Amino acid sequence: MRVKDHNHLFAEPEYRELFETKRSFEDAADPAEADRVAAWTRGGEYREKNFARQALKVDPAKACQPLGAFLAAAGFAGTLPFAHGSQGCAAYFRSHFNRHFKEPFAAVSDSMTEEAAVFGGLNNLLEGLENARALYRPEMIAVCTTCMAEVIGDDLSSFIQNAREKGVIPADFPVPFAHTPSFAGSHLTGYDNMLRGILSHLSAGRESGPGNGRLYVVPGFDGHVGDLREVRRLLAAMEVPHTLVPDYADRLDSPLTGRYELYPGGTPLEEAADCGNALAAVCLQRWSTQKTAEFLAAERGREVVTVPMPVGIRNTDRLLEEVRRLTGRAVPPAILAERGRAVDAMADSHPYVHGRRVALAGDPDLVLGLISLLRELGAEVVHVVSTNGDAAFTQEAEALLAEAGAGPGAVHTGRDLWHLRSLVLTDPVDLLIGSSQLKWLAREAGLPLVRVGFPLMDRHHLHRYPIVGYQGALNLTTWIVNTVLDELDRSSDGRNFDFIR
Amino acid sequence: MRQIAFYGKGGIGKSTTSQNTLAAMAEIGKRIMIVGCDPKADSTRLILHAKAQTTVMHLAAQRGSVEDLELEEVLRTGYRNIRCVESGGPEPGVGCAGRGVITAINFLEENGAYTDLDYVSYDVLGDVVCGGFAMPIRENKAQEIYIVTSGEMMAMYAANNIARGVLKYATSGGVRLGGLICNSRNVDREYELIEALAKRLNTQLIHFVPRDNIVQHAELRRMTVLEYAPQSPQTEQYRELARKIDANRNLTVPTPMSMDELEELLLEYGLIEEADETIVGVAAAR
Repeated sequence: MRVKDHNHLFAEPEYRELFETKRSFEDAADPAEADRVAAWTRGGEYREKNFARQALKVDPAKACQPLGAFLAAAGFAGTLPFAHGSQGCAAYFRSHFNRHFKEPFAAVSDSMTEEAAVFGGLNNLLEGLENARALYRPEMIAVCTTCMAEVIGDDLSSFIQNAREKGVIPADFPVPFAHTPSFAGSHLTGYDNMLRGILSHLSAGRESGPGNGRLYVVPGFDGHVGDLREVRRLLAAMEVPHTLVPDYADRLDSPLTGRYELYPGGTPLEEAADCGNALAAVCLQRWSTQKTAEFLAAERGREVVTVPMPVGIRNTDRLLEEVRRLTGRAVPPAILAERGRAVDAMADSHPYVHGRRVALAGDPDLVLGLISLLRELGAEVVHVVSTNGDAAFTQEAEALLAEAGAGPGAVHTGRDLWHLRSLVLTDPVDLLIGSSQLKWLAREAGLPLVRVGFPLMDRHHLHRYPIVGYQGALNLTTWIVNTVLDELDRSSDGRNFDFIR
Repeated sequence: MRQIAFYGKGGIGKSTTSQNTLAAMAEIGKRIMIVGCDPKADSTRLILHAKAQTTVMHLAAQRGSVEDLELEEVLRTGYRNIRCVESGGPEPGVGCAGRGVITAINFLEENGAYTDLDYVSYDVLGDVVCGGFAMPIRENKAQEIYIVTSGEMMAMYAANNIARGVLKYATSGGVRLGGLICNSRNVDREYELIEALAKRLNTQLIHFVPRDNIVQHAELRRMTVLEYAPQSPQTEQYRELARKIDANRNLTVPTPMSMDELEELLLEYGLIEEADETIVGVAAAR
């Protein structure tokens, strides 16, 4: 028997008939009326109403704090991410990461229920820690909270101390924690909170030594595991001893060998604990590393530099320049040649990208990096939506756009993808760049979409390629120009369906 | 910087006692911040001469997010430069007031409100027992708890409950009970009763504040008695309490009582009578 998947099954005549019959029970609108209203929502009058909207978010381009906390925790060796909250929370993060990374994502919760909401979640945490240690043998359990635990005010610090006093976990077993209420901030805040929690916990009580000579690099929330590898590759090429905190590349992009490992790779806990003795630290994002950067600088007295996310030539130059300054290591000819090849590729492609109108959505650092790269390619950035951006982001984005002669008004923070829909439908663009969440808008507006960021769930393997560094600039240029060319071919009437582009 | 908190049953005179005492502390040159953690937001009115200060949660609700607030918008300075913040909270019957307390205190910490101070004082409702109202006694916050009580049964019941909350956090953190403050209601043998209660809770009766109508006169003018009548005997009482708190080193882990023990104590002092089990559940004769 041939089993049809959902792509084909529901196109069968019996299902079509069923859907048609159902309409009478659903009080379905007359198709003509539905079309009329849909058309109205694409217009300027609706755009005004849409931007006056206050009490509703539709498709916000962000996720919640514990999701970011889980990703940060997954980047440490032998570490089990642990949500102090309901099973559903942990299940959502796990499946979200599964679908993006196409990898299993090991993480647990302490299954808080209604009873825990009334009596507090202490007992859940105690049992959860005990079970998680016994079953999954981690080297470290990184605990973050969820909405419910935050609303009822569970105090993780005293809970975890209680767990030690009761002998549930050994005195020297590391259990860092972070308060990550989902209703405040975004996944970036959670990543930052968890990372700071882990580093401060592991390094607590350490004496400042003469320095370990290593450059500590904080990548920031990044769904492209290829980026972590690319940063390590660049630093290795410059012969810079370094530690990436966190480093989830091997856990979330692991080889298929036939043997399943629960915790492949990750930042060694010993190196993380020694962060206070770093040569210096570099943060590759700003909005997902603020508290971590403050911790590294204030508590440890080492130089901490935050550079723009190294997307595009200029930003990569800036990173390598900072690394050179901090470590005294030169950029080797091989990397300079790579830079030259990326610039060459961009020069080859720019005639097709130059002047193209682009709309972008995503996390603040990623969006700023993309604006920088698009300027290098001569594209015109028309609309920018960053749901988790703030005033400082708007200022920086507008300053970048102003370099290209654009006036203010293109940058929207706190807005969602339904706002972006109004923007794109009333003030059209040629190209969309953002996560898979933009695919509905791409279809409705008849626009090509270049998939970058998080989550990427409907195309395979893009996250395995870097978008940072010169290699990343080349990848992005390739994806962008080929998307433009695909669209040119697709919309060609035959007259200009050229063999050579 | 010392962080202290006043807890007590609603209506016991907690805000009045704390504001008068803190005003007396400011008089001897202490730099003070008051963080009101009561949804009715009256912990700072005598210091600010205001009806009710704009609260963190009220403004956050208007703006849509706490992240949109600036510290200066919710931090006001009153009598003798005492800094005042009110956490605020929802209307009765909706939402979660405890969460309001957590949010407000986190906001203050993140925005650097805790600088250049000798004392931070939290004013917290004691009738409610959820995690939010324990926020000020968590680690790195209030280290000394003062319970405002009187010789009335429910006030003592609340005091015992608060001691239980303190005990819970005392084992894992550094929070300690600093003492009971008796805000007199002119109940018979009140002094002895509260002293006995203090002893049972393993703490001290740090001060017995007598009842004096001048406090109400000052309150009508939204003032502390320190400001309204600096020379009055009642003012001297608050000055003494302030000196005692400033000098207090008697910080203990409380030993709360069971309900039976508390009832025994109340029986002993005649606040309740021995229940006559023969009449329980029997309707009045026609």
